[in-house]
Amino acid sequence: MINAGDTAWVLISSALVMLMTPGLAFFYGGMVRKKNILSILMQCFIILCVLSVQWVLYGYSLSFAPSEGFWGGLKWFGLNGVGMEPYADYAGTIPHQAFMAFQMMFAIITPALILGAFAERMKFSAFIAFIIIWVTFVYDPVCHWVWGSGGWLRRLGALDFAGGTVVHVNAGIAALATALFIGKRKNMKKSVPAPHNMPFVVLGTGLLWFGWFGFNAGSALAANSIAVNAFVVTNTAAAAAGLSWAVIEWMRNGKPTIFGVASGAVAGLVAITPAAGYVSVIPAIIIGLLVSVFCFTAVSIIKPKFGYDDSLDAFGVHCVGGIWGALATGLFASKAVNPAGADGLFFGNPGQFLVQLLVVAVTLIYSLALSVMIYKLVDMIIGVRVNEKDEVIGLDLTQHHERAYTVLE
Amino acid sequence: MKLIIAIIQPYKLEEVKEELYKADINLITVNEVLGHGRQMGVTEVYRGAKENGNLLRKVRLEIAVNDNFVEPTIKAIVKGAKTGQTGDGKIFILDLKECVRIRTEERGGIAIG
Repeated sequence: MINAGDTAWVLISSALVMLMTPGLAFFYGGMVRKKNILSILMQCFIILCVLSVQWVLYGYSLSFAPSEGFWGGLKWFGLNGVGMEPYADYAGTIPHQAFMAFQMMFAIITPALILGAFAERMKFSAFIAFIIIWVTFVYDPVCHWVWGSGGWLRRLGALDFAGGTVVHVNAGIAALATALFIGKRKNMKKSVPAPHNMPFVVLGTGLLWFGWFGFNAGSALAANSIAVNAFVVTNTAAAAAGLSWAVIEWMRNGKPTIFGVASGAVAGLVAITPAAGYVSVIPAIIIGLLVSVFCFTAVSIIKPKFGYDDSLDAFGVHCVGGIWGALATGLFASKAVNPAGADGLFFGNPGQFLVQLLVVAVTLIYSLALSVMIYKLVDMIIGVRVNEKDEVIGLDLTQHHERAYTVLE
Repeated sequence: MKLIIAIIQPYKLEEVKEELYKADINLITVNEVLGHGRQMGVTEVYRGAKENGNLLRKVRLEIAVNDNFVEPTIKAIVKGAKTGQTGDGKIFILDLKECVRIRTEERGGIAIG
């Protein structure tokens, strides 16, 4: 039975999640030097174009067509059989295509997260090739395992409400792999370049936070109490994490920064994502307060120590925050919040924590291995990195023949 | 007294500054400018409309020094900015007639450093 309220909420949520990709574009775009901002905006928007087509052609079928195998196969190629009747195993009260559209926006933003790792030095052609292959062979199967009908991790009882592992751990570890292989940006010996437009970073954070209500509360796939719970804990965790990051900076560096609050808020949103439909508000505060400790450590202490150039901290925020969120779900999940979920360790079910550990480990290993292989393949065929001269001039002019800002009129 | 004007690649600014500090030259003014010499600019295209030979971003340094600091300053700039590629930039050295420190109204060589 199609429910008008549920359908309306899922459609609105899909649009909210769509807005996260342009939001991410500004979040990342503000962090790069001004000669490279258009390359970031372009990469985000081309993902929106390419993967929207990929998804309706075969991506949705690979991810969600029912199968107990490696992925869903091509049964639903070109949305064949994906119509207006609800598909009860996913969402029984909305048209099947509404669920498809909602999931499409997840498949779009996930690879967009990775580009923070290799910002300012990747060839545009290689970027497109990498993203299409990555989504086809990494996102689509992992999505099937965790969310697809018959997926093996789903059958084990893994809890991932809105994509802590499927989206954030998956993209975050791919980010680390690409950052390690593409190498550091040139001329980084003396200092890391400062973000060229901090207001863009904050604007992007605002759009992400706003869109994330669709991401998490929309993942209830109905306008119901689970959606309301997800909405409340999402906002709570983001707030707690933004606050926590500011406090850490205040104690360590003497002053709190807006960049820190923005980073913390995004980390909090990442961490609450897998848990949003299963935990209540006090655990959400704990998840938010702690995620900033872990992510701050990753980006401000571990990254400089090991010297990899995960330029915009796609790994440090999304992978680290995603792992914490997935494990925290195994700690704090409660059937009192969601009877369709499970109890976590603190509610007397240690087994759930082990399942969560397994999902994280599987995602890390699979995504890392495949991302390295795909990177190497694209590097062999096209060459991933721009030449030194193009990198010095900037990707906007060399990859796209445009510049973002004129100096003279 | 000389006024040294240097046009360098923007990404070399940090290295040039570091070399200048090492040579005990701490007072510089920096501008972002556009230009090109032998190194031609790059093509830009906006909705099909092509613009050729556009200007590239450069950084311009101005440093006022006493005569005994001229050579160390030139050396430091070259050391920090040189890659051997076209586009590395230029250094211009001009005679400087006078220099006034506004705070104290001191004049001449003492006002520079």
